[in-house]
Amino acid sequence: MLDYIVIGAGVVGGLVARELTRYTDKVCIVEKEADVAMGATSANSAIVHAGFDAKEGSLKARLNVRGSEMMEELATELGVKYKRNGSLVVGFSDEDKKTLEDLLERGNKNGVKGLKLLDGGEVRALEPNIGEGVSCALYAPTGAIVCPYELCIAAVGSAMDNGARLEHGFEVKKIEKIDTGYRVFAKDGRMLEAAYVINCAGAYSDEVAEMAGKGGFSVHPRRGEYMLLDRECGSLVRSTVFRCPSKMGKGVLVTPTVDGNLLLGPTAEDISDKDDTSTTVEGLARVRALASEQVSGIGFGKVITSFTGLRSVGSTGDFIISCEDGFVSCAGIESPGLSASPAIAKYVVELLVASGARLDEREDFIPTRRAMHFFSELSVEEKNALIKEQPEYAHMICRCEGISEGEILNAIRTEPRPRTLDGVKRRTRASMGRCQGGFCTPYIVELLAAELGVDYTEVTKSGGGSYINVGRTKEA
Amino acid sequence: MAYLSDEKISFGIVIVGGGPAGMAAAVAAYDAGERDILILERDNALGGILRQCIHNGFGLHRFGEELTGPEYAYKYERMVEERGIAYMLDTMVIGIDKERNLTAVNRDRGIFTIKCGAIILAMGCRERPRGALNIAGTRPAGIYTAGTAQKYVNMKGYMPGREVVILGSGDIGLIMARRMTLEGASVKAVCELMPYSGGLARNIEQCLNDFDIPLYLSTTVVEIHGKERVEAVTVAEVDERRRPKLETARTIPCDTLLLSCGLIPENELTKDAGIPLDAITNGAVVNGDRETDVEGIFACGNVLHVHDLVDYVSEEAVIAGTSAVRYIRGESGRDADIALKTDGRVRYTVPQRITSLKDTVVYFRVADVYKDAYLVVKRGEEVLYKRKKQKLAPGEMETVKLTEEMLKGDGGELRLSIEMA
Repeated sequence: MLDYIVIGAGVVGGLVARELTRYTDKVCIVEKEADVAMGATSANSAIVHAGFDAKEGSLKARLNVRGSEMMEELATELGVKYKRNGSLVVGFSDEDKKTLEDLLERGNKNGVKGLKLLDGGEVRALEPNIGEGVSCALYAPTGAIVCPYELCIAAVGSAMDNGARLEHGFEVKKIEKIDTGYRVFAKDGRMLEAAYVINCAGAYSDEVAEMAGKGGFSVHPRRGEYMLLDRECGSLVRSTVFRCPSKMGKGVLVTPTVDGNLLLGPTAEDISDKDDTSTTVEGLARVRALASEQVSGIGFGKVITSFTGLRSVGSTGDFIISCEDGFVSCAGIESPGLSASPAIAKYVVELLVASGARLDEREDFIPTRRAMHFFSELSVEEKNALIKEQPEYAHMICRCEGISEGEILNAIRTEPRPRTLDGVKRRTRASMGRCQGGFCTPYIVELLAAELGVDYTEVTKSGGGSYINVGRTKEA
Repeated sequence: MAYLSDEKISFGIVIVGGGPAGMAAAVAAYDAGERDILILERDNALGGILRQCIHNGFGLHRFGEELTGPEYAYKYERMVEERGIAYMLDTMVIGIDKERNLTAVNRDRGIFTIKCGAIILAMGCRERPRGALNIAGTRPAGIYTAGTAQKYVNMKGYMPGREVVILGSGDIGLIMARRMTLEGASVKAVCELMPYSGGLARNIEQCLNDFDIPLYLSTTVVEIHGKERVEAVTVAEVDERRRPKLETARTIPCDTLLLSCGLIPENELTKDAGIPLDAITNGAVVNGDRETDVEGIFACGNVLHVHDLVDYVSEEAVIAGTSAVRYIRGESGRDADIALKTDGRVRYTVPQRITSLKDTVVYFRVADVYKDAYLVVKRGEEVLYKRKKQKLAPGEMETVKLTEEMLKGDGGELRLSIEMA
């Protein structure tokens, strides 16, 4: 019998599970997909918001500010790239300036440190490529960037280093209350029992809560389309540039990523299909138009990929986090969900303690984890010492991002182990560069097939039926 | 044992890339009398992308016979071996600087630096991926560049799909239309955004027409469907400004979309070294010697500009190889500095600058299809050369020879243009 089942291996589920392993190793994370970080965690703005946006007193506001304060230390512990690059909300009119003043006041009430209003000249001194029409901005020095799937993978990995288990392909279809807690059934017949269940099922958290008889709220997907530009463009802006919300909408953000790319987006479109991550001609055109107003000189010829993320918007307008009969739901974790995620994990533990759960800190908890990108940070001497022992680190597989066979094998052998091409990509950045895997994919498929002990044709892009190859050629 | 200490760390000429350009440059440098040559190749064999091009059509100009890609590569490999030219395989060059220090990595030496008398860049090119095309829709498995599909089929023996739509009519796409068909796949359509094909006329004939594969010009893919694997694509005709005409949209069921939408010279090293690039070719700006704006660093083949035929790649590599030898001997002999300009109808020229009065062959591509037009070379208003061309097309690289006579003149810039009859 387990102590905790965490449903959903996104960034919230991952961090909650890791937090729980401070107290017990009887934790199991169940995930319906073939890998962790497959939902909203795989496609969002990768921003640690300062915390001036959410209404004061709301869970969003409290957990955002607290999460933002925790993020740097957490990222360091988990070996995840993090950069405090500051953020700017830019305005184009006197009306915008008033809105920014309101935001400043709200931010101060929320406890955000260092907020400052800037005039056009000051904005340009900070960001020379800011859009021509920008006349004012709210500057938040505590705004930061982090990679959401890297954080999630590291969190799940850390939980597993501390004894947690991960069940892939575990799509929850039924939850039964029993005397000692809950029984959680998967579609394929697997069953797990635990004293407590933590529902971090993202877009499906309303349906999962309903299964446990703890419903009463709903979650709907809001589509956000993004464009990602080549690393050549990553230094166009230093800070994250938001647009002041107005009658015209919220605009998009223009931001560098921790890996040095430039990210533009998202749009905001309420849809009904919880799995519809397609991009649209109109959406991408909108991203392009809005981003160009906020920042000048964006090289749209350098777009390397575009994608869609789905935010899980809760029916209350706030995060929906509750604990009842040992069943905890973390639902409606839309923006600023990533920023708040470390604080959500702490908050869940606080709710459990308040409900009477016994949580004694373990002495053998390991808080740190080796960075997945550790090799790139070594000196030439250190790299050569490692290459001497493991020559695979000298065999370059992904030429665009400079990723070696050694780094790919290390990723495949490190929990949570990837079993798909996208999984390797999210862990190593191999095939994430400007050629988008044109050269290296056939080699990665080979490494993955060998490591998993499966046939070349069994390797998938992202699980299910997403096969890369469909059979042999005539003569092979 | 010291890991790197007893290794040789300087070479006369170092060539980055062991494909057709790199090998031809090495052989030419050797034949010009240089012996201290090293080829660095990232793959596990010499030959470059030719290794996966198992179709024929290579070598007609260079060797007077029709060879497959591997046969063409093998001829050069033999020449490299016969001359005893040194090469390192599985070796990735990760940096070069203007002082010609080159840093590379391989299993035996780890990360190491070589001092080079001259460097010849011959890294080839890569294909434009889906992301750069901004096609809307889902992101399932089953979308590959034509070259990646070629690698699966020809090198690995696997089929990337059975029901295929190809976007773009570049040569690799056309070759793969035929290759997939021969392997039992059904190629439903080749769609080309432009009103003309980007590939060679002979490939349209031999790879599409001979197999009844339809080519739709002024047509593009506007949406990709399918969750896990591609299930269909929506295609539509485009207007003269290349905007899709949505009333013409139709959906073609398929499990694979192959992309053959252009090749991009792979110049990361070049850029990092601070070598100026030409915005049109995406390759370095070079003079007639194929020397870049950084002294002693040369470039040739598809890293410089994308060629139609490997024969021309080898031809250009000979210029780079022999020029590099002259450079390290201090015999570069610059006796001119003539800029070569183009009009809008000539997209680019290679070289972009002439620094010697020797006869110089200029390679160029045109921007559109022109029929019965004149190719003209002028200095100011003076016409130095004028010849009628029946047909000029963007898919076919053209050449014009500038003679010593034409170059001498008053040293003013030369202009290459297309004039309509």
